[in-house]
This record gives sequence, C-alpha cells and structure tokens, in this order.
Amino acid sequence: MIFAKELGDTLRGALGDDERVVLLGEDIADPYGGAFKVTRGLSTAFPQRVRTTPISEGAIAGISAGLALAGYRPIAEVMFGDFLTLMFDQVVNHIAKYQKMYAEQATCPVIIRAATGGHRGYGPTHSQSLEKHFLGVPHLRVVAASLYHDPREVFADFLRRDEPVLYVEHKLLYPQHLTPPVGGRVGDLIATSDNSPGMLPTIRLSAVPAEDCTISVLAYGYQAMLAAQVIERLAIEEEIFAELIVPAQIAPMDWAPVERSVSVTGRLVTIEEGADGWSWGSEAASVISRRLFGRLRQPVDVVASEPTIIPSSKPKEADVLVGSARIEAALRAAHKESR
Amino acid sequence: MSTALAPARDGTDERLTGVPGEPLAHRRYRRMRFIRRFEETLLQLFEEGALNGTTHACIGQEADAVAVTEHLADGDHIFSNHRCHGHYLAHSGDALGLMAEIMGKEAGVCRGLGGSQHICAPGFKSNGVQGGIVPNAAGIALANQLSGNDAVSVVFIGDGTLGEGVVYETLNMAALWKLPLLVVCEDNRWAQSTPIAANLAGDMASRFAAFGVPVREVDSTDVQELSEIAGAEVAAVRSGEGPRVLLIHTYRLCHHSKSDDERPEREIAERWLVEPLVVHGRRLDEADRRRIEDEVETALSEVVATARASA
Repeated sequence: MIFAKELGDTLRGALGDDERVVLLGEDIADPYGGAFKVTRGLSTAFPQRVRTTPISEGAIAGISAGLALAGYRPIAEVMFGDFLTLMFDQVVNHIAKYQKMYAEQATCPVIIRAATGGHRGYGPTHSQSLEKHFLGVPHLRVVAASLYHDPREVFADFLRRDEPVLYVEHKLLYPQHLTPPVGGRVGDLIATSDNSPGMLPTIRLSAVPAEDCTISVLAYGYQAMLAAQVIERLAIEEEIFAELIVPAQIAPMDWAPVERSVSVTGRLVTIEEGADGWSWGSEAASVISRRLFGRLRQPVDVVASEPTIIPSSKPKEADVLVGSARIEAALRAAHKESR
Repeated sequence: MSTALAPARDGTDERLTGVPGEPLAHRRYRRMRFIRRFEETLLQLFEEGALNGTTHACIGQEADAVAVTEHLADGDHIFSNHRCHGHYLAHSGDALGLMAEIMGKEAGVCRGLGGSQHICAPGFKSNGVQGGIVPNAAGIALANQLSGNDAVSVVFIGDGTLGEGVVYETLNMAALWKLPLLVVCEDNRWAQSTPIAANLAGDMASRFAAFGVPVREVDSTDVQELSEIAGAEVAAVRSGEGPRVLLIHTYRLCHHSKSDDERPEREIAERWLVEPLVVHGRRLDEADRRRIEDEVETALSEVVATARASA
C-alpha cells in the first residue's frame, strides 16, 4: 500500500483508539480529504474531531497548543511545508516552551504534519524543505517520514510521549510503496536497525556487509529513497560500496549509528533537499568532525540544494534541487578519494 | 448574587482574598488592595535590586481582574499575558507563589523559570508574547467543547494586542466553531509607549463585531459595575452560544515596565482620581477600609519575608 494510504490508516487508527486525538488542517474534510488525500474519509468517520479550518496557520498551531495543554492530542496538518513559517511563533514561543518554562506542570504534545519538498514544479513557495529552520529549537523533535519507517510505529511513539513534534512528509513519498525492513533486507539491500534508547529506529542499508563499505551516507525522507537507489546501482555497476544511514528523527539526532558507520568507513556524505548552508548536514559535519576527528579520511561532504529560490521550470528546478545525479556525483567523488 | 461568586480558594490567606462572612464590597476592596500593594511592593523590590529581569504592573486595572475572576469556577481556565499579576492573584490568591517566582526562587509557582510573565497554576497560564495566547485559549475552549463540559476559557488581552494577526484568525475560527471563549480586552490607552491614536485604526468593537462575535463595551473602573457585566458575559459563554468579547476601557497608572513612562503627567494625575480603589473605596466606612488595608499590609509583609527566606 502506498505511503499516503498507510499514513491515512495510521491517523484513522489513532482517532479510533484515542478520544483525545483531534485533527485540524486546511481542506482536510471530505469529499476533498486534504491536498494530498492523506485524511480522506476521516472527517466522515470522526466529524467532531476532524476539522477543516480556514487559511489560518498561526491559529491552527495555536489552537492545537491549547488542545494539547488541556490534555488532548492534536495533529495539525500543514498543506504545504512552506507555510510552516506562519506557525513559527507558535512553535518556538509557545508550543516548544510551555513544558519547560512552566516547570513541568504542563505538557504541550502537538504533532505538526507538513507536506514538504520539490521536484513537482510547484515553484518558489510550494516546493521548499524548510525544516532546517526548526532544527535546534530546544524541546522540539523533528521527524522525517521515510519509506523505511512504518508510520504506525512513528505515530505510536508520538502519541505515547509528551513532547511536541514536527513530522515532515516529502510529497514525493506519498505515492510510493512503503518498504520497511523485512528479514534484515529492503529489496536487495541488507538492512539493520539501530534502536538507541528513547529514539526512533535508524535504518542502515547497504549492498554488501557494513564492514566492507568505504563510504557512509546520511540522508532522510525522499532523499534517502534516492540515495538507496544510487548506492544499489553503484554497488552493482561500479563496485562502489556505501552504507546509507536513514534516521527517522533528524533533531535532536541519535548520532550513535552514524558514529558506528563512519568509524568503519572514515568517510561521510550527508544529503538533504533543503537549501545549503547552516543546515542539517552542517551540524552533522560539525558533530562527526568533533567526535571522529582522527578517524575521518576526508572532510565531511555536505550535499544540499542551491541556496536560492526553487524555480517552476522543470530543468531549472532540477539545477537547484539535489537529485540522484548530485548524490551519485558525491559518492563517486568520495570513492575516488578512497583509492 | 454575592453567594454565586467564587469564594476565596482553600489555603489562601483570608486577609488577602476575603474573610468568611464579610460583605462582598469589603471582599472586593480587599482583593483589589491586595493586588495594588503586591505590585507596589514589587516595584519597590526592583528599586532595591532584589529582583531580576522586568515586570509589568497592572496598577489602575485591578477591578477588571477581580470582577471577571469572581464569576469563574473550578474547571474554567484563564490565559493571561505579560501583565498577568492581577489576573493571577485574583484567580488564585497565591501571593507567596508569585512573589517567590518573581524573586527567582525554587518556591516560586514555576520554580523561578518563568518569572513575572510565564505563570502556570491550576486553571491559569500566562505567556509573554502578545497575541499568541488567544489561539491557545481557544484550543482550551475547544477541548471543553469536545469534552462536553460547561467550562469556559477566558483570555485577557490588551489594546496593543489588537495589532496581532493571529487574534483575528482565532476570532474567526472561534466564532465558526462556537467555542466557549471569553476574550477580555483591557484597553488601557497605551501600548507600551504608543497611544491608541497612533496604534489603532477604526474602533475596537467593530473588529470583533466583524466576526459576528458579540461585544460588551464598558468604560469603567468600578468593580461593582464591571462584575455585573462580567457575570452576564461569563454566563452567556457558559450557556454554549459561542465566543464573546468584554471590552473594558480602563487606564494603566504606572509605567509599562520598570521605568519607561513618557506619558503626559496631567493625564495620569486625572486618572488617579477615578482609579478602582478610590471609586469602590467610597462605598466602605473609613474604619473598615483602614482595617482591611492594615490586614493586607500585614499579610503582604509576611509574604515578602517568607519569600525572601525561601530557597
């Protein structure tokens, strides 16, 4: 079943299991069912707790915060992740602060779901991956959807815990089939799962055993899907062996699986679709350089999109955003260094 | 009417929140005097250098807090702003918790983490960012609606907050969904240093009316008059008819924060003649008024001493 349907089923299950779950978002009611159809059918099944809203992102986030403070479990949908900017005050100055500044006398477990990412020609205000602006907000978790993490497990974790979370869903994942590891494999790739205490699992994928890999690749979301295709192709065609590390939670990060992989390979390439500079990859480069300084064989390579607007034109958009070609080039370059 | 009003909370100092059996007029004077002297004491402590950070006093606006909170019951919720001391003290009577909080002590209501503007206690929260608390209060109102109880959510804002866009997003949604939300807008004429004339186009009531939200507008510092109106507004919200606005034109007698006041002296002087304690104080015998003031003074000095000595 495709990711959008699996996610919709996850939300349906959450609404059915827990009276405290409330969904808010623009155009999420039936028959439309949300811009990406994730919530289709839910407002019919749960009319009181699935509410379509006006175009009012600040109030959607702020009302969700109030619901959460009152003991409910709100899930707010952001139609396009670009509009997260309109929620920023609520996230930073309200939602993420309440528990700590009130000395643990309140919790504010808001779940914000945002459809992010480009490659669809939607242009400068409907294609961005703005999550880097939310990384590093104290007491906010940022989690990225991937094909290797079952949304049921991810949402069970969200609903079990009292922290707020931003869940970014790259729109190109919606029509893809989920492929969580089965029997230690994802397709033809070997899969391992690192479960650090209190963290969502990090999935590691490689064509050959991890100890035979010479490059570590760190990626999330849609970029992780592209990277998996690239490492499989390079292994078969060129005997370039890379290990792909796919965290679900991208902030705060569980660095242990990254450290374990880089300890073996000595090389790290990070990949993200957000704009280059002051980014997730920059943070990874900083942390891994500090922790594994003597064992790195080359500087961490941060692959990110051009720091400019995302054009609508297909070829111009492809020039700006990280795609398979950029990922492959980075891995070939890292391989060249390793010889 | 008096028997329907919220009594002093258990465990609070009766000298500050109300002596059992005393006339309602006495209790209201006592509570306003408590808030007034608490904040004047704070300002004094700031001058002594005993406090960290800043504080925003509501001196001159005490009647609003006392009038609204006496109609609230357990289960109701107040969301307040940076100028929250009056609302908090009228609601909880917790002088020691707030004093210790502003002193930065572990004994404070938020262990000193929140300070003057960020308070959390049962049925009460405040935050220092303007506007954003309005959707938060609406969310609590939605929770009440979904739970099927008759609790109300009250949010206190000021005239300056009417500049914030999220207020209007929220009014729209609260009206669409008929949320049990009472917005109390205290128009004290000045947004920090900016007068209404430089701050606000059109008139205030129309802003709420545009969303079909009923507005009750009153220009008063009389706690008795305000209480009657607030009681009716709280009851209407509680009945499930949807959100309402209580728009109170009042005046802030003190500076915005610690020492920032460029307002005309004459304007302020005129307002001291019609401030809530003067207006309501006339209803009390001189002897009763003095006795209440002495009791508040004694109780507050004990609070300050205990807070100073606490960890």
